[in-house]
Amino acid sequence: MSRRARIVVVLPALAGLAALLAWSFTGLPGFGSFRGPYGILLNRVATPERHMTNVVNATTYDYRSFDTMGEEFILFAAVIGIVLLLREDDRDRRAEDRVRSEMVRSGGGLTVGIGVLVGLWVVAFGFVTPGGGFQGGVAVASAVLLLFAAVGYRAWSTLGNETVLDPIEGLGAGGYVAVGLAALASGLPFLTNVLGPGIAGTLWSGGSAAFVNWSAGIEVAAAMLLLYAEFLEAHAVPVMRGAS
Amino acid sequence: MIGTLVPLQSVGFALVALGAPAIVLTRDLLRLVIVNGFYGLVLVVLFVVYGAPDVALSMLVVSTVAYPLVLLVAISRVRSHGRDT
Amino acid sequence: MSFLPYAVAGWICLVGLYGVVTSRNLVHLAVCLTVTQSSTYVLLLAVGYVRGGGPPIFKGVKLGTSAVDPVVQALSLTDIVVSVTVLALILALALDVSRHAGTVDPDEIAGMHG
Repeated sequence: MSRRARIVVVLPALAGLAALLAWSFTGLPGFGSFRGPYGILLNRVATPERHMTNVVNATTYDYRSFDTMGEEFILFAAVIGIVLLLREDDRDRRAEDRVRSEMVRSGGGLTVGIGVLVGLWVVAFGFVTPGGGFQGGVAVASAVLLLFAAVGYRAWSTLGNETVLDPIEGLGAGGYVAVGLAALASGLPFLTNVLGPGIAGTLWSGGSAAFVNWSAGIEVAAAMLLLYAEFLEAHAVPVMRGAS
Repeated sequence: MIGTLVPLQSVGFALVALGAPAIVLTRDLLRLVIVNGFYGLVLVVLFVVYGAPDVALSMLVVSTVAYPLVLLVAISRVRSHGRDT
Repeated sequence: MSFLPYAVAGWICLVGLYGVVTSRNLVHLAVCLTVTQSSTYVLLLAVGYVRGGGPPIFKGVKLGTSAVDPVVQALSLTDIVVSVTVLALILALALDVSRHAGTVDPDEIAGMHG
């Protein structure tokens, strides 16, 4: 179908969709008057019951941890798809590419360490303040990516290659399921919070949901690093070989 | 607190409503990366004003590093494929 | 004023869909798809908003202060991270297409034969 015909067909369709959306939005309660019982109940109950002050993460990793497991596996499957699609036959990881300026190399190298620490801190305090496994995992991956930008491709490829990252990603994804199976083994439903709740507002809160949080953080960090590694390999290796 | 939130929210919504057509109407690919980054930051401001710091953190780490990297690598490879044939 | 957020979410969704249909470039198409996806986050968070409520974090805050809905935030934050991987997958597919066809224009690709 030619482009002009596509535009002629899509505009009435979008108008119809807009009418449907407008009609359905008038059935919603007005902005600011949230009536849903589940959210209000969780706000009241999560901190006394599970001793977690961050109710959003309590929902993600404890009350609805089964849904988060599904999201993690979407991540896992998408990264496998990317690795398969971007696979090329001749890969030269020993290719040379160094950043020339010494100040950038040393400053960048230091910042990588600081960035990884900040990312791990965001993961660790997920149940106390805003943060958690997903955000902290992406932050750690972004800090390690700085190795490529500030130091060079060779330094990046010591950490950003499949032989290092695949086991870590598997550890994260498998650890999540293992924590759930541990609850199953002691006779409770899958992924119940088995350890004691701990003290609210400190690192010792969350029970076994803290292990779930860390597994999710490790898995997300490894998956994002694998994604960056595949894309950078598709980009950097031809550039260094002088092809483009 | 209630009084100060409403103008901030209106500004946030206006910026988001302007940013979406800006992305659609940008044809140059490199400019698209920058406009997308700006749209991501505007969404972060909107999520903070919504009282959702976790979602804002998530969008921030994702739209400042992951999106531009993936887009830039794709653009560079697409251009070199286009030049080879 | 109280239906403006929903209208903005609907507007973003429609604009993104228009961009997907009329795009001349597969990379631009993928970005418009993420714009449509962001409209779902705006809508979800708008539904869960409580007027005058703070974030659902109770560290240092007395229990019982009004807070917004945590469930929709839990849905949105995992989805944002996953959407990056899906975007990367779409771009990897587009790279594959461009390697074989030499172009990323959807109209030109449709005309190519094995």
